[in-house]
Amino acid sequence: MSGRTGGPTGSPFAPHTPDETAAMLDALDVDSEADLFDIPDEVAFDGEFGIPQRDERTVRGDLAETFARNDDLTEFLGRGHYSHYVPAVVDDLSSRSEFLTSYTQYQPEIAQGFLQALFEYQSMLVELTGLPVANCSMYDAATGLAEAALLAERIRSTAGTTVLVPDALRDGKRGTLDNYVDGSELTVETYPYADNTADLDALADLVDEDTVFVYAETPTVTGAIEPALREVGDLAHDADALFCVGSDPVALSLLQEPAAVGADVVVGEADALGLPTSYGMGLGLFACEEEYLRQVPGRLVGKSEDADDRRAFTLTLQTREQHIRKERATSNICTNQAWVALRAAMHAASLGPEGLVALAEDCVRNAESLAADLDAVDGVEAPLDSRHHFREFTVGVDDAPGVAAGLREQGFAVHVLDDATLQVCVTDLNADATDDLVAAFAEVTPR
Amino acid sequence: MNFDQARFGDDTRNEPLLSEKDTTGVDPGENSVLPDDLTRDSLELPQISEPELARHYTRLSQMNWSVELGPYPLGSCTMKYNPSFTDAVAADPNAAVHPDRDPETVQGTLELLYGLQEYLATIGGMDAVTLQPPAGAAGEFTGIAVAKAYHQHHGNDKSEVIIPASAHGTNFATAAMAGYDVVELPSGDDGRVDVEALEAAVSEDTAALMLTNPNTVGLFERDIAHIADVVHDAGGLLYYDGANLNALLGRARPGDMGFDIMHYNVHKTFATPHGGGGPGAGPVGVVEELAEFLPRPQVRQVGSDGGALADADGADDAGDEADAPEYELFAPAHSIGKVHGFGGNWLVLIRAYAYIHRLGDEGLLDASAKATMNANYLASLLDLEVPYGPFHHEFAATAGERDAADVAKGMLDYGVHPPTTKWPEMVPEAMLTEPTEVENKRSLEDLAHAFNEAFADTDEELHDAPTKTTSRRVDQTSAARNPRLSWHALADDE
Repeated sequence: MSGRTGGPTGSPFAPHTPDETAAMLDALDVDSEADLFDIPDEVAFDGEFGIPQRDERTVRGDLAETFARNDDLTEFLGRGHYSHYVPAVVDDLSSRSEFLTSYTQYQPEIAQGFLQALFEYQSMLVELTGLPVANCSMYDAATGLAEAALLAERIRSTAGTTVLVPDALRDGKRGTLDNYVDGSELTVETYPYADNTADLDALADLVDEDTVFVYAETPTVTGAIEPALREVGDLAHDADALFCVGSDPVALSLLQEPAAVGADVVVGEADALGLPTSYGMGLGLFACEEEYLRQVPGRLVGKSEDADDRRAFTLTLQTREQHIRKERATSNICTNQAWVALRAAMHAASLGPEGLVALAEDCVRNAESLAADLDAVDGVEAPLDSRHHFREFTVGVDDAPGVAAGLREQGFAVHVLDDATLQVCVTDLNADATDDLVAAFAEVTPR
Repeated sequence: MNFDQARFGDDTRNEPLLSEKDTTGVDPGENSVLPDDLTRDSLELPQISEPELARHYTRLSQMNWSVELGPYPLGSCTMKYNPSFTDAVAADPNAAVHPDRDPETVQGTLELLYGLQEYLATIGGMDAVTLQPPAGAAGEFTGIAVAKAYHQHHGNDKSEVIIPASAHGTNFATAAMAGYDVVELPSGDDGRVDVEALEAAVSEDTAALMLTNPNTVGLFERDIAHIADVVHDAGGLLYYDGANLNALLGRARPGDMGFDIMHYNVHKTFATPHGGGGPGAGPVGVVEELAEFLPRPQVRQVGSDGGALADADGADDAGDEADAPEYELFAPAHSIGKVHGFGGNWLVLIRAYAYIHRLGDEGLLDASAKATMNANYLASLLDLEVPYGPFHHEFAATAGERDAADVAKGMLDYGVHPPTTKWPEMVPEAMLTEPTEVENKRSLEDLAHAFNEAFADTDEELHDAPTKTTSRRVDQTSAARNPRLSWHALADDE
């Protein structure tokens, strides 16, 4: 027994017995593994990292102890990272090792299972967005938005360079967009919100022949459902700019499909399906019009046939990708979020259209009901706009940081937007705690 | 090994699509609390029972290759065994927190992030690490953006990134995305960087040289110290592509070789599952002069300056609550900003931390030892020619007069996944093979058998291969010529 399951004799996952190692070294005519390394002394490392080897149980115990340092708070947090209850069947099926420990489908004959699952994921996004093409994932909503802006630059023949985004855009999206366009000719400018959605008059003044890309969100970062998507799209198209809508698959199952209001591209966070709360890990959805197909970033799965004329699936249009096109690729994305996409598709399939719509309706009803309950608390105003809401809304109080700190003492986490504004997000996972949240608000809000 | 992959379905198709089971059209606006003009009129998606769903995905799973099924020796992809315990660690309910939580309330999460920053800095010989990039290519982009910010900060206007011809395609795409002109460097006769060509290529326009070491045919760049001097003397930075770091664990560190920036492919080197092609994570490490340009936020211990290695034993002290250090987020002084909407692929990072924690110094050192021994042993068993050498964790055999893609299809019927084919171009009909440390002697001999048998098959046999997989040879040309990318597009087709 080499002890390799308990260490410390080497990697616990290298399966060689000492005899095998000796035989292999003998076959290679060297005395030790170290003799196989061709590293000059001047750059060789002969120090120690000082990381002790631990057995599996110790690692799990250590990390459980570390995570236990996180405070146990009921989160009413959203602003782009959402979680809904994920059915156990999704965890179970997606964790099958044939999915979990597989890789990019470079040999389609032996990877039909994952290829079909990704084709089904793409198909669901086509249905949800109304657009004919969806890729099989970006990293998250921020990188999806950034890639969409770069797409606009590639497909536009005019000289325009301005990308227009809401001034309320989340910092993570704006910061990522700024970095992605830094190597291009594009410049990012903002248009204002009024009543927590697009200020159409202001936008109309800003859109001109220099505009290549106009981005609008629904729901917006504060949870307002954008009532004027079509008008925003018309302004974009009048200037011959690309119109991009940001959303998520749960919202899209209820809200008017973006293609119906003129969206050329849809991006967004698809992690609302399939992923638990995961400190911001995401799944970027990306869909667009057919005419941009050969400029799409990321991987695409297409239908084909095999040598027996049976239907088969394969990665396709790879001449767009970096491993073939190098510096002329549509994007540098290679590793994507395929397994997360698989989970999102499983989650959607487990709910079905009726379940998805019911979940989305709850996102509207729960938000409206919680806002009304909070509004009834002395010193609290909710919502702070006249819009319909999806999952979340803004809340006015006199001392927002103070109220948030008070709520934290009571076991709740909410967003602080500024000195007088909080934001609260309710989903199926915390809906049963809303009465307690309202009671806590009543207790900690100065009157 | 005898091998037959599962098949379901009939003569015309495999397992039906979800859309070919039961679909239901609903009118979402019908009973909505929202006004009509905000809601859609129809949504048509599969509506199937849970047992059907379970069968569907179980069948799909059986139509798919994976590391837990057998060797997956894709060169430069480092498909090693993904230990199960890291999944259990990542599933800890206390790990499921929202990224907008007040840092004071997620000290456990920040402790782990800090610990991983420290581990990676130590392993790479770097001074500071960001965990934000969600994949290796995103790490490359982050690293080059940091290099650009550094040059701009110092008033240096530089326009070029030098990349060896054999480098990963992502390097080229990344440099172009960042707005740089790419200068491609030919390989020397020994398969390594041609130092004279490099000396001729560098200039005051050189922002960086992007290098993989060992390179994409498993060769260590023995002149690395000189290469670093050449690039640094021209005012450029040296970027390390971490795709092949598995070969060097515990034996050489990019920072010691003169690299200024590197990315880590934690899903490769640190064995996190990336089912079907992702998620990965591509943390970036930099030397001290570049730390102030890293993405925000970074994690540091309260009261520390945030520099790496301030307390190498920090992770060990965590068990004692009273003495537990506290952590905070901060924005580096000249941060490039964000490269991900939130903090990156957190569930991947947890697994990588657990893996490093489990292996420790000895396990990491043994991983590179066995990975390198395995590559050399496998190469020695092949009937195919293997140019260059000596190798670290991968090598590129050449199929010579045979078509490498055909040989790969032949290998499928012998119960292994074939290597990466026709890349890098410096080896004709290349079969880039990386067995990793998780194959033992017998498994390597089976792999060699598959290689040699397929290589010896007749052209007709190879043309007919594969025969034992779910699908026979898939027509990738017609798929690209006539793209059908959703079940909606199949309606006209069938």
